[in-house]
Amino acid sequence: MFGKLTLDAIPYHEPIVMGTLVAVILGGLAMLAVITKFRLWGYLWKEWFTSVDHKKIGIMYIIVALVMLLRGFSDAIMMRMQQAMAAGESAGYLPPHHFDQVFTAHGVIMIFFVAMPFITGLMNMVVPLQIGARDVAYPFLNSLSFWLFMSGVVLVMVSLFVGDFAATGWLAYPPLSGIKYSPTVGVDYYIWSLQLSGLGTTLSGINFIVTIMKMRAPGMTLMKMPVFTWTALVTNILIVAAFPILTVTLALLTADRYLDMHFFTNELGGNAMMYVNMIWIWGHPEVYILILPCFGAFSEIVATFSKKPLFGYTSMVYATSCIGVLSFVVWLHHFFTMGSGANVNAFFGITTMIISVPTGAKLFNWLFTMYRGRVQFTVPMLWTVGFMVTFVIGGVTGVLLAVPGADFLLHNSVFLIAHFHNVIIGGVVFGVFAAINYWFPKAFGFRLNEFWGKASFWCWLVGFWMAFAPLYVLGLKGMTRRMNHYANPDWQPFLIVAALGAAVIALGIFCTLVQFYVSIRDRKKLTDPSGDPWGGRTLEWAISSPAPFYNFAIVPQIKELDQFWEDKQNGVAYVQPAKYEDIHMPRNTGVGVVMGAFGTVLGFALVWHIWWLAAVGLLGMIGAFIVRAYDRDIDYWVPAAEVEKIERSRHAQLQQFQTTQVAPVAAPQRQKVA
Amino acid sequence: MHALISRLRYASVGVAVLLSGCNLEVLTPKGDIGAQEKSLILIALGLMAIVAIPVIAMTLWFPWRYRSGNKKATYTPNWSHSTKIEVVVWTIPAIIIVILASITWTSSHALDPYKPLESEAKPVTVQVVSMDWKWLFVYPEYGVASVNELAFPTDRPVNFQITSDSVMNAFFIPQLGSQIYAMAGMETKLHLIAREPGTYEGLSSNFSGEGFSDMHFKAIATTEDGFKDWIAKAKATPLTLDADSYKSLAQPSEKAPVAYYGTVTPGLFASVVNKHMGEMSHEAANHGEMPMEGMQMDMHHHEDGDAVSSNITPAKAEK
Repeated sequence: MFGKLTLDAIPYHEPIVMGTLVAVILGGLAMLAVITKFRLWGYLWKEWFTSVDHKKIGIMYIIVALVMLLRGFSDAIMMRMQQAMAAGESAGYLPPHHFDQVFTAHGVIMIFFVAMPFITGLMNMVVPLQIGARDVAYPFLNSLSFWLFMSGVVLVMVSLFVGDFAATGWLAYPPLSGIKYSPTVGVDYYIWSLQLSGLGTTLSGINFIVTIMKMRAPGMTLMKMPVFTWTALVTNILIVAAFPILTVTLALLTADRYLDMHFFTNELGGNAMMYVNMIWIWGHPEVYILILPCFGAFSEIVATFSKKPLFGYTSMVYATSCIGVLSFVVWLHHFFTMGSGANVNAFFGITTMIISVPTGAKLFNWLFTMYRGRVQFTVPMLWTVGFMVTFVIGGVTGVLLAVPGADFLLHNSVFLIAHFHNVIIGGVVFGVFAAINYWFPKAFGFRLNEFWGKASFWCWLVGFWMAFAPLYVLGLKGMTRRMNHYANPDWQPFLIVAALGAAVIALGIFCTLVQFYVSIRDRKKLTDPSGDPWGGRTLEWAISSPAPFYNFAIVPQIKELDQFWEDKQNGVAYVQPAKYEDIHMPRNTGVGVVMGAFGTVLGFALVWHIWWLAAVGLLGMIGAFIVRAYDRDIDYWVPAAEVEKIERSRHAQLQQFQTTQVAPVAAPQRQKVA
Repeated sequence: MHALISRLRYASVGVAVLLSGCNLEVLTPKGDIGAQEKSLILIALGLMAIVAIPVIAMTLWFPWRYRSGNKKATYTPNWSHSTKIEVVVWTIPAIIIVILASITWTSSHALDPYKPLESEAKPVTVQVVSMDWKWLFVYPEYGVASVNELAFPTDRPVNFQITSDSVMNAFFIPQLGSQIYAMAGMETKLHLIAREPGTYEGLSSNFSGEGFSDMHFKAIATTEDGFKDWIAKAKATPLTLDADSYKSLAQPSEKAPVAYYGTVTPGLFASVVNKHMGEMSHEAANHGEMPMEGMQMDMHHHEDGDAVSSNITPAKAEK
């Protein structure tokens, strides 16, 4: 009846897990009580869960990513504490069984359920606004993508309390991830949570490619498209090309585990090396999927706060595209030590280092954007400069690891760990925080507090280097990754410093949370009446903050790269049209939520081999989709009168703001530190 | 100001003490391969520093110089293109990468782990089996084996043949140089040489499950006499490593103590590789039709230098 699921699946004997469970249950109950008390269920359902508005979906992605960041970061703290303690005879406080799950979950969560939703959320929030569109090409699909992603999140979180999670490392190499060496449900949770969220990612990749290719405002040729949108385009092409490979790889692993097949074990001619190749053919583009939109965000930010157009727009576009193409021919550098010949290793080493040329060009372009500019040290700009310094080091160690002869010594060491955190924290995380600070006013109508933003930045920067510089050194001392304990007492001081670094990063995360709290509290003072708080250049700053649900009352006509900037220069930025028109908008739908819920059921049932429940989940998903397919009431028209009313009040607010300002809207006000 | 300077002085002394007290084993090689890899690392870092250091300096200098408060600095609000600068910022990194790429090409061939080392001295062959969670070393030329302890003479190349009897591991002695994966049903190769006697740490650098953290071994590089003594010590051990004792050794265990086997059944390594070859080979083995050696799945180089795993099926081998 319940497959492999029994009451024994709940890890009663693990105090850390049970403590977390109690905290989650109490926290969850408290949240449900608050929602019920303030009668927010209807509001949440109508305005958020069923919304097909790209801005709201983007915000939901980012909120979930922030929550999951806390989870993934707790794993990080646990690991750092364990390694700081477990020297010599000491076994630390986490037994291998638990520690191995912790580092696996940390990797999986940080990549799939933190970095990916941050990136997807940003693209949702920004891309349609930058291209002058009213929504994405397929709004329902967008909502479905989000809820499929959510079902992956739910499965990963459930694995903490019911059963266990994979203890294989984040890419679950067979044979270790095969049924013989991992007989519990851990790897199955891994497989199904990634399959569900991966499906969502692929769908949203398709959605964004179509959106960017077909829905740009008239006149916006590809070479007049903002750089962030360009990076989003390349990223989504990478998603559509790479994620199906992940899906197939995991499906074959599933066949091995569930159907006794041997794609990745030696019996009957299978081969584990095939898995390692396939997972990295997805895995390497994946890191560029994460970093490219961050490059885009940095480009927008550096131009805005240097008060200059981006230097070398064209070469930026070509560099981005170059990186996108090259990202598919470097995967073997993740396993130079598997015994490929010198020709193969050298080929993949060289393709890898070639990527540093366009990436380097990007750095120079940002530098020359600042050159002869008027650089404002706002929070997004601090993150950008911090990123540039940090990322150069990460790039250098990356190119070093791309030399096979060097990699033979450094592969799988903590030097490698330091390298990829150097580029993922220094690149993706810094980029995401820069972007959140930059576009927050567009999402919510008020800026984020500067003091706490800066405090967060400094904690992250200092914490990052404290946590990972010792790992670079330890890698050169021969410490390998994923060690639960170690005999060499020389390593301990470095690991203690690293643990302190993690604590400083924790302080940075705390500052971010305080920043949100303080900003919401002071939202009146931080309000953005102009819609253009930074003196922006791209279209999203032309409309009010928060953006109206239809984005643009009148679809803008594009003649220049930075059309809004040109309009401001020519004094035609805020001209009211003589007449408004009806606007065609998609209607909200709960089908995405329902399909996501059935998806969760399906995934959970498959993990535990509860076949009847799996059938319920699958049929539920298909059924809901069919119902949706026959639904003809999926859109509506916003009457011109309503648009006019909203726009009138926007222009009234704008005029009132302009008359109270000495300078025109362009000059941003520097907020005084409280 | 003085306080700041003296504080900086203390800080720099602190850093110096920390670094001098910190011995970077990977960059203190005791053999040829490690030494070449160390200089490769330093050359690559040096080359990249040519671009990286100016970039970091400019990253700190430009925003400060052109900060919005500094009205003395030139401001060119519309300047966004310069072919000259573009040419420079694409060309200089490209030149460095061309240099680095040619170094990569040569060094990848020179340091190919599969390439036997050129030496007057006769090489020693060691067959390495990674198990859950320990290392077995078989010396086919001497008919002995050891667990979690490896010995070899200095100044003689060591040819490692590596496989796994369970999940993937990686065989790594940081101070001697390269690591290579150990994979079930396959044989990988590694060639190392030690130049200084000593006992070096050896380990698995690829996560392999619960007992992974204790999967170390001692790698003893010793004189020719010392090596003879070590072999004699192993030979004097009354234990035999045959199919049965291998089976019990292969059971998962953690922190396995060092052990020696005075006698080893010939062909043991090949049979371990073979074991993971699947049902066809099992059947053949059961029927006693097949010599075990003929069936290894061997990661070897084709003429073009690429590694492939070729699965010699029993049918083929029978011909």
